[in-house]
Amino acid sequence: MDFGTQLLQYLLSGLSTGAIYALIGIGFSIVYHAIGIINFAQGEFVMLGGMVTLFLLQSLHLPLWAAIPLAVLLASLAGLVFERLAIRPLRKAPPLSLVIVTIGGSILIRGLAMVIWGNDTHRLPSFSGDDPITVAGATLLPQHLWIFGITIALIILNKWFFSHTISGKAMRACSYNPRAAGLVGIDVRRMTMFAFMISAAMGALAGIIAAPLTMTSYDVGIMLGLKGFCAAIIGGMSSGLATVVGGLVLGVLESLGAGLISSGYKDAIAFVILLLILLLRPQGLFGRPESERV
Amino acid sequence: MKTLLMIGCSVCLLVCSSTLALAAGTIKIGALFSVTGPPAFLGEPERNTAKMVVDGINRAGGIRGQKVELIAYDTVGDPTKAVQMATRLIKDDHVVAIIGPSTTGETMAVIPVVERAHVPLISCAAGSKITDPVKHYVFKTAQNDGLAVAKIYDYLQRHRQQRVAILTVSDGFGASGREQLKALAPRYGIRLVVDDTYGPKDTDMTSQLTRIRASQAQALIVWGTNPGPAVIARNARQLGFRLPIYMSHGVSSKKFIALAGSAAEGLKLPSGKVIVADALPKKDPQKNALLAFVKGYQHQYRQEGDHFGGHAWDAVMLLKGAIERGGATPAAIRDALERTRNFHGIGGTFNYSAADHAGLTKDAFIMVEVRNRGWVIAN
Repeated sequence: MDFGTQLLQYLLSGLSTGAIYALIGIGFSIVYHAIGIINFAQGEFVMLGGMVTLFLLQSLHLPLWAAIPLAVLLASLAGLVFERLAIRPLRKAPPLSLVIVTIGGSILIRGLAMVIWGNDTHRLPSFSGDDPITVAGATLLPQHLWIFGITIALIILNKWFFSHTISGKAMRACSYNPRAAGLVGIDVRRMTMFAFMISAAMGALAGIIAAPLTMTSYDVGIMLGLKGFCAAIIGGMSSGLATVVGGLVLGVLESLGAGLISSGYKDAIAFVILLLILLLRPQGLFGRPESERV
Repeated sequence: MKTLLMIGCSVCLLVCSSTLALAAGTIKIGALFSVTGPPAFLGEPERNTAKMVVDGINRAGGIRGQKVELIAYDTVGDPTKAVQMATRLIKDDHVVAIIGPSTTGETMAVIPVVERAHVPLISCAAGSKITDPVKHYVFKTAQNDGLAVAKIYDYLQRHRQQRVAILTVSDGFGASGREQLKALAPRYGIRLVVDDTYGPKDTDMTSQLTRIRASQAQALIVWGTNPGPAVIARNARQLGFRLPIYMSHGVSSKKFIALAGSAAEGLKLPSGKVIVADALPKKDPQKNALLAFVKGYQHQYRQEGDHFGGHAWDAVMLLKGAIERGGATPAAIRDALERTRNFHGIGGTFNYSAADHAGLTKDAFIMVEVRNRGWVIAN
């Protein structure tokens, strides 16, 4: 096979991994805008998505089309419970304490998942078969198309929610200035809760669409969470297109690095980018220092 | 007060008499398995099997008329804990021999303890450094990685595949496999044209496979434990990968087939003989032991026996043989173990000697192929 086809294959693999990172990254930025902290438990919702779907499929024998929305719903409920029990009681605490609480929460969720579902790796069935599709010499699985499709749909939905609905606009208002938002009658605490639920749901959906390809187990959240965080940092913590581009860039660089240099550097690539961005352009790759963060 | 004293006395008496009764005719064997903790997938079947075998021995009248008592402790996969438990087995329980631990790390930690106490240890872990160099009191039942590599290379040589790509996981198992793959290649006339790795948590290996596909390789050897190799199998299917793929013995379980699905079809790997016990030719000397183990485990635990349980089966049976021949003192057991010849167990046919406390050859492995979601013997 010629070099062009190889390159296309790296690109396609990278884009599909990147799309997952992007969805997780958006989850990070939604919470960041709501209360100004990084929620390090975000990766665990990704794990919950996959594991809960699997549980619904295997133990309750639900069909896939019913298990997926139910799993997303349950994960967003988990997000709500997490916000209620771990974040809300500490409303007055400094951000650093809150961030540490989210790390503690992530360890707790991971531990519970291991106790409940064991430490085995599992695979979700593909949404529509495993027959490869050839694109100009490179190959894709139908699941990749699902990943691209669902990611695009979610990004559009996300944009619409934050620009055109009352709740979305209220959440944006809270992110600009919680005090002022409270003065005009927006229930800031409720918006925080919404933010956790939406980000948990997005993470869970990312976990579900990736699980047929990548497998899932109680501890997939750590690495995926960090990669999503990386995407969000590249995107300057925007909950819009910048983070999506951040995720895609990260995925493609990883894939190219593994293919052209050495796969040993795959994770290193992500974290070197993370460090470089934090050191050189903390406002993100595309952001101006005081950019509008939505 | 008086009643309390009475109760106290009678409890004391009871305890004393029961220990006396036990001490009169039992052989105490210690066991260290990580029944919980990350290596639970090793420790649980090992503990179950050891229990099952010891119960079987006792039902049949014990060893030379003496009952066997198995004292098993859980090490949680923690070397520190393993050392504590080993000390307890030796100092408090006065065992004559120890089987386990389940992992190489724990075994290496326990070795100085048993060497000092002169108590024989039969480890169920795979690391070749456990018995290389030879330690006076330490034996092992799990097959060395090098034997699996030799088995694959032998197969490649017979099928005239000389240019090989290797893709190993970047953890302890993969590093050891990679070392052996590189060391043994020249002996079989094999040239490694691609030497690539992947991370244990990686979720997409199409990049590595694309690169391997573009190389001169005639075959691919993947060295890892679940789930990585399953992801690779699926990626390979997606890419329409045509090279024959060989996996390590690390994935010779039903779990791998479940994870890889139809992408596992046609993959070949070296495996202990447990998974194809039924299909073995009648003349295979291990067949009887294998069937006894598989059926016994199925009967008792409603699960299929696996390789790991097999390591414990071999350890207990080797001990039984040694005690029958030499007697039930640690020194006698050690000497008799070292003289074990042609013991047909689950992991292979063991021949221990003063220079070899691992006791197996590459014939402990058999090349198997995945067909119709099950294992068949590859020809």
